[in-house]
Amino acid sequence: MEEKVQFKLNGKETAVTVDSDRMLLWVLRTDLGLTGTKYGCGISQCGACTVLVNNEAVRSCMTPVKDVRDKDVVTIEGLDGNGKLHPLQKAFMESDALQCGYCTPGMIMNAYALLRKNPHPSPADIVLEMEGNLCRCGAHKRIIQAIQKAAVEIGGGS
Amino acid sequence: MEENLELEPAEPITGLRMNRRDFLKSTGSGIFLYFTIGDLPFLQEEVQGPRRRPSLPTDFNAFLKIGEDGRVSCYTGKIEMGQGPITSLAQELAEELDVPLDAVEMVMGDTDLCPWDMGTFGSMTTRIFGPALRNAGAQARQVLLELASENLNVPVSNLTAEKGVVFDRTSNMRRVSYGQLTKGKRIERHLTKPAVTKKPSEFKVIGKPTLRRDAKAKVTGSAKYSGDIQLPGMVYARLLRPPAHGAKLLDVDLSEAKKVEGVQIIHEGDFIAVLHKYPDVAEMALSKIKAKFDKPASGINDSTIFDHLLKVAPEGRVVASGGDLKEGKRAATFIVKETYLDGYKAHAPMEPHTAVVNIEGGKATVWASTQTPFGAKDEVAKELGIKPENVRVIPPFVGGGFGGKSANLQVIEAARCAKLTGKPVQVAWSRREEFFYDTFRPAAVIKIESGTTEGGKISFWEYHVYFAGERGSAQFYDIPHHSTLAHNSSWVGAQGSHPFATGPWRAPGNNTNTFARECHIDVMAAKAGIDPLEFRRRNLADQKMNLVLQAAADKFGWKPAKAPSGRGYGVACGIDAGTYVAAIAEVEVDKSTGGVKVKRVVCAQDMGLVINPEGATIQMEGCITMGLGYALREDIRFKDGEILDLNFDTYEIPRFSWVPQIETVILDRKDDAPQGGGEPAIVVMGAVIGNAIYDAVGVRLNRMPMSPERIKEALKRG
Repeated sequence: MEEKVQFKLNGKETAVTVDSDRMLLWVLRTDLGLTGTKYGCGISQCGACTVLVNNEAVRSCMTPVKDVRDKDVVTIEGLDGNGKLHPLQKAFMESDALQCGYCTPGMIMNAYALLRKNPHPSPADIVLEMEGNLCRCGAHKRIIQAIQKAAVEIGGGS
Repeated sequence: MEENLELEPAEPITGLRMNRRDFLKSTGSGIFLYFTIGDLPFLQEEVQGPRRRPSLPTDFNAFLKIGEDGRVSCYTGKIEMGQGPITSLAQELAEELDVPLDAVEMVMGDTDLCPWDMGTFGSMTTRIFGPALRNAGAQARQVLLELASENLNVPVSNLTAEKGVVFDRTSNMRRVSYGQLTKGKRIERHLTKPAVTKKPSEFKVIGKPTLRRDAKAKVTGSAKYSGDIQLPGMVYARLLRPPAHGAKLLDVDLSEAKKVEGVQIIHEGDFIAVLHKYPDVAEMALSKIKAKFDKPASGINDSTIFDHLLKVAPEGRVVASGGDLKEGKRAATFIVKETYLDGYKAHAPMEPHTAVVNIEGGKATVWASTQTPFGAKDEVAKELGIKPENVRVIPPFVGGGFGGKSANLQVIEAARCAKLTGKPVQVAWSRREEFFYDTFRPAAVIKIESGTTEGGKISFWEYHVYFAGERGSAQFYDIPHHSTLAHNSSWVGAQGSHPFATGPWRAPGNNTNTFARECHIDVMAAKAGIDPLEFRRRNLADQKMNLVLQAAADKFGWKPAKAPSGRGYGVACGIDAGTYVAAIAEVEVDKSTGGVKVKRVVCAQDMGLVINPEGATIQMEGCITMGLGYALREDIRFKDGEILDLNFDTYEIPRFSWVPQIETVILDRKDDAPQGGGEPAIVVMGAVIGNAIYDAVGVRLNRMPMSPERIKEALKRG
């Protein structure tokens, strides 16, 4: 059913009038033009579409827009503040923790939620929390290093 | 490293609509260097199938341009799909031209702007395009020195260049920048003969570990992939697909789909597309189509495929041979005969095949995730019935390819939809479509019979490879009597062999061949009661491979023991794209579940000159990680042309928890020609794990993937 759905998107009040059963991924990408969030599988199996909803990592490919009504949605485009890269973004760059880059936004958003929940993650904690995010290029080793590095910079890491 | 972090990535020039003439007009003055691909050495082994050009192209395109602002544009037909040429090629040009790395902008794969290129595959960027690019850079530098000589009135012999400035060695005051030299001038040079490139001792940029130049765009989400291209009035097309390969459409009812608001439907025979301004609405409308298909029953499935392939296999083509097999058999104290099997594997790049096509005024502009933009250009021209020069293909960043994006079906589909609707159209395959229409790595059979003499010398080697492709099949051990035959020497199968399309998959052919060869070597070593590394040494005259093996053994801390030692150590080596690679792995096998945990992989590589050691290391790590998948889990299940694994819920690719401790060694070989880097390290992964499993629990898996079920079964058999 077409209806108006309001939510906060990357810090800004946003309203869309759409069939509210449509998935957030497509509304973000096509209606709102935020293409940093990627489609990978459509069934919550790869994590490429991960965004934050109220600071929780959520698979936007299976999240109807109506579920984010009045909530706080953050995408990869909203992670840096005032042009300053987030420590995770910086750490991914410094660790060369990416190749083709297609899974990278989802990886970073998932890692962001992980660090909020657990600012002192061990490598085993990181593996557990990142297990549902797929990377085909094989950047895993460096992604773990990057998350550890970011944790240290944010001030929580050991 | 810091300066690279601040670097703005070279933006792909996606927004522009220019033809070549406009481009040349708009680029104004500067120094342009041209080359023809005909000057480049060709690797025949890499050129297979329809991509082979009937004749060399006659079109010229700029290789590099030095602008008035001192910025350097580097044009290459190669594309960036994660393997790193956006960084390494820029390093090569910066080195030869003596400009700062961040002065170089890469323009990649744009068919209007870049020189013709066969495609980004076969690990050919660094070993074939790279040397040509360095030549161009050296030549351009020479041109600049000559211009500076006139400008400064100083003989060329007294001049040198640094950071984009030419100066008189005898008087630092006499200096002029590249930008000043090119100002108001338009100089075009065609490469005729090789220029003098720098010696390794002069390198400042080549060989320096350098971070990815596209990282900032990729971590901020601003990097554009084909699916991110949105044009005014563009619609998304979703296509009706058959439930199985070979299925025929009998009947279709579009009435419910037509009721969806804003939807447009194309119905041309079996080609049925639903178009809408939102991709998910197009998908929803597509699901309302009622279609009946006739599904063929071939009786071929993932269990019967190997018998089928052997039945239809053509005569073998001799890949290599020497000596006399009969004599070798007589000399053998024991003979081992084994058959090795490998199932179909998906490429499964995270970005499915995607294309956007816009047709305006008889000209088509195409944005596509493709490893073969020039191939796509010709295919689109054919589909639309227009001349190739009226098609421009622009590959934005490609989200992984691994050989799978050498095929461009999605581009043709988008072109057809754009022609029929008169609108810009995007075709972005769903994950199901990506699995269904993949050009899989082929299922294959390898039969080996070999013998060993007293003292652990291999006396003969008879090798038959069926359908894997012959790359990597010619063995490199020192065997007096040997024969290697390829039955269907390509990874593309002859008519009537594979039930669906197959194609090149990262280091095509070589993964399967190296699995069989290196497992078989271990079978002989175990039977001879000799440590597997020692057994290899005894049979390797090739000093290069011996040194690579030694480097891996040193890093690992290898202590000789005959297998199975219970330690779970395995070794394997191989050659791919000119690079020599050896790996040693440590695994743990859970006998109750059959599960394998790869704990550690050490990998050593001789790849000649390394342009970017950081990039080369990442490629090795990526190969090792990706290789875990085909070795342990990946297998496409199918039945009568129906693909049963259509998403990541059942087709398992490597995850974080699989990743072992990875250690890499790259041998210092600055004086040797550069070799492949994106593929070689993956070829050893099947055998190194198979051999380690044998060393751990004493059972041998002759079929990939070595899944927990198969390992449990093998343990039961004992």
